[in-house]
Amino acid sequence: MTTHDIVIVGAGPAGLAAAIGAREAGAQDILLLERDGEPGGILNQCIHNGFGLHTFNEELTGPEYARRYIDRVNELGIPIQTGTTVLDISPDRVLTCTSRENGFEQIRAGAVILCMGCRERPRGAMDIPGSRPAGIYSAGTAQRLMNIDGFMPGKEVFIMGSGNIGLIMARRLTLEGAVVKGVCNRSAYSSGLKRNVVQCLDDFGIPLMVRHTVTEIHGRDRLEGVTVSEVGEDKKPIPGTEQYISCDTLLFSVGLLPENELSEQAGVELDAVTGGPTVDDRLATSVPGVFACGNVLHVHDLVDFVSEEAARAGAAAARFVRGETVSSGRRVSLRGRNGVRYSVPQSVDPDTMPEELTVRFRVADQYLGCYLSCYVDGVRVSHKKKRIMTPGEMEAFVLRREMLGNDAREVVFCVEEA
Amino acid sequence: MVYDVIVIGAGVVGCATAMELGRLDVKAAVLERDDDVCTGASKANSAIVHAGFDPVPGTLMAKYNVLGSRKMRALCRELDVPFNMCGSLVLCFDREDMPRLQALLDRGVTNGVEGLRIVEGEELRALEPNVSPEAVAALWAPTSAILCPFELTAAMAENAARNGVAFFFNSGVTGIERREDRWVLTTPAGVFEARAVVNAAGICSDELHNAVGGAPLTIRGRRGEYCLLDRKVGSLVRTTIFQLPGRLGKGVLVSPTVHGNIIVGPTADDVDDKRATETTAKGISSLLSAARRSVPSLPRGKTVTSFAGLRAHLVREEHDFVLGPVDGAPGFFDAVGIESPGLTAAPALGEYLAGLCGNYLNAAPRGDYRPGRDRVVRLREMSFEERAALVAENPAYGQIVCRCEGVTEGEIVDAIRRSPGARSVDGVKRRTRAGMGRCQGGFCLPRVLEILSRELGVPMTELTKDGGAPLLTGSLREEGEA
Repeated sequence: MTTHDIVIVGAGPAGLAAAIGAREAGAQDILLLERDGEPGGILNQCIHNGFGLHTFNEELTGPEYARRYIDRVNELGIPIQTGTTVLDISPDRVLTCTSRENGFEQIRAGAVILCMGCRERPRGAMDIPGSRPAGIYSAGTAQRLMNIDGFMPGKEVFIMGSGNIGLIMARRLTLEGAVVKGVCNRSAYSSGLKRNVVQCLDDFGIPLMVRHTVTEIHGRDRLEGVTVSEVGEDKKPIPGTEQYISCDTLLFSVGLLPENELSEQAGVELDAVTGGPTVDDRLATSVPGVFACGNVLHVHDLVDFVSEEAARAGAAAARFVRGETVSSGRRVSLRGRNGVRYSVPQSVDPDTMPEELTVRFRVADQYLGCYLSCYVDGVRVSHKKKRIMTPGEMEAFVLRREMLGNDAREVVFCVEEA
Repeated sequence: MVYDVIVIGAGVVGCATAMELGRLDVKAAVLERDDDVCTGASKANSAIVHAGFDPVPGTLMAKYNVLGSRKMRALCRELDVPFNMCGSLVLCFDREDMPRLQALLDRGVTNGVEGLRIVEGEELRALEPNVSPEAVAALWAPTSAILCPFELTAAMAENAARNGVAFFFNSGVTGIERREDRWVLTTPAGVFEARAVVNAAGICSDELHNAVGGAPLTIRGRRGEYCLLDRKVGSLVRTTIFQLPGRLGKGVLVSPTVHGNIIVGPTADDVDDKRATETTAKGISSLLSAARRSVPSLPRGKTVTSFAGLRAHLVREEHDFVLGPVDGAPGFFDAVGIESPGLTAAPALGEYLAGLCGNYLNAAPRGDYRPGRDRVVRLREMSFEERAALVAENPAYGQIVCRCEGVTEGEIVDAIRRSPGARSVDGVKRRTRAGMGRCQGGFCLPRVLEILSRELGVPMTELTKDGGAPLLTGSLREEGEA
């Protein structure tokens, strides 16, 4: 069994930034484990631009954004072991891994940073009736087939769900000569970023069918078409509104799920809303020495925020292995209510937290001209008007230590009409 | 192509027959309409080895159910097929129904089922802790079991193949006629001749039977829909739980699978189209509610996938298999109307049908018969040391391809290289479970395609999901580009 101070599971954007963050905070012995053949994670298949506006003040493609971090990791001499899948993490931080090159091995870690990312919700989980023909993919699978492997998944495409990958793929497929017949979405607004709706659908005349869902899949060997129905206030299909759309390909972009099977094996407590670990202001999970960041923690819409969060997780892990983690034992819980679905982190240590901490969360519905408020033990400490808040765009709140005073117990974020 | 015996259909009954024919000194072949073994009802069923208390005593169903159930454990051990004798419970929710539960027990005893008992109260809860408090009693059948029907069918086919039985896929029989002492079968893959024919054509077996002049039979597909739940909730049930048929219908079963999932189903709807394996909104939504009657703690939102299969249901008064010789059709042997308990009965049916062929042909036993099949590597079941040694020997066993089910490249390569081997994405999935987990192939599909392409020497754009049309519709690379 080999031993490392910090083992990072996943060398996507979170893992890479966590490694850099850990090194910059003084950690020497860091190992990155990556299941794919290359570091970079999902960024490698995101060949569109729009990455890095916040971090680098320029628009990069996914591979370009990843390259900056990979180069930095290489400069710092941090090893990346690719082609390595972690099969198990024990609560005392022994990782069981398998790879072609190193075989079946165990690694003991002083600290573990979970950076496994997320996966797409598949068709099977949607209970959509009908047949099970060829031509049904989750949007990210189609993206990988096109952008990494170089193949067309189909010719006439319909997309269920307006998550960002689905929107990006609508444009990508169109540019490669496929006909994208439309994108439907159960709710009244897109679940992706506004800029993606404009740049990927509107600019190409692809209809976004809000309040619609696929209610049946047709075709035996190959997909032949889908039935799309309007959805009522109760979120259920309205009988009589069915329309048949012929297509040979159906993409699903209906949500991303943090991939926490390993976290659960390690005994990490998960948040039922985010699907990711519950963490404190250091991004420490419920298991000592295990940290989490990026999409495994909660699904982000901008990679810039992943990088920023991961750097903090890396620094916290570095402090942990040096035994510098001091805790007052006091804990203030952070939660969402009235339209705010969750809060990450879920708690802070009011004595050791930074002066200012960016708390992130998503809202449950679309809110126009409403207020985002913060209460500390029932007392409103912040009340800001927001032009628009929507589930597709992550919200941020800067929590200042001084807001908590000496004996705060609970911080609540909520949406208020006035 | 001339054979002594041709089996039509590579489902579980066809492959069981082929396996038994492999013990005989005959030249045998299997003709299959689809691209692989196990593509019809054999792949979409409850995966239960029924104890045998359900069929009416005296029927062929009762006889072959019990015979098959008794053979299955040893067969699965010989062929290394996942099998678990987890037992089954038939729940009774109403004291007034107790006589019917007792009648089921009596029927089982008459059929020769061993170990049947009625259990109540603490004993019932000890057997199945999460069973509904509404269940007042249950029929306990300790010999009931679960298995992997894909592996059973593939394993029997592999044993047949290693004993000389030839398999032809994409070779559905479109015409059959008698010429002198032989049957002449027309297929898209050519014309085949054989002295003996076994009709194991599942849902289409009535058409073949009628084509050779038997007393007309009609099969109507009886669709059964299922939901498969995530392994995360797999520990909620230990046994196969049925509901005593009653005023609320036949009920649905809740059962663990040998892979640690939970299966819920089936529905029962008659359909006219023999390929109508579509699921329905009504079917899927009804299943979980019905299942929660047995196990109230079954959570919603844990469905990994849903699917449907068609039972080859004979439209007639008598509810039974049609087996054996057909009047006026020498050497033609039927296995028609093989619905539940068909999977359980299959090994016994195969023995019976191959025996009929052997007698008809006066066949001697094969001198060089080889039992079993090539070793199956199951990394997930190995100890750390075993696994490390294997990966050191063959690094492909170190490369995970399907992260949800932990399937390695080595296991996928094995599945493709077996005979008959996987030739499609679903063929790989059925043999290895790659793509069967909670992401449903989202991550591993491109990798599985790559491995299939490399191993079969077939371009990516010609590979299929499960036979039929190609999955990918074109290449984005320029001619000549790697």
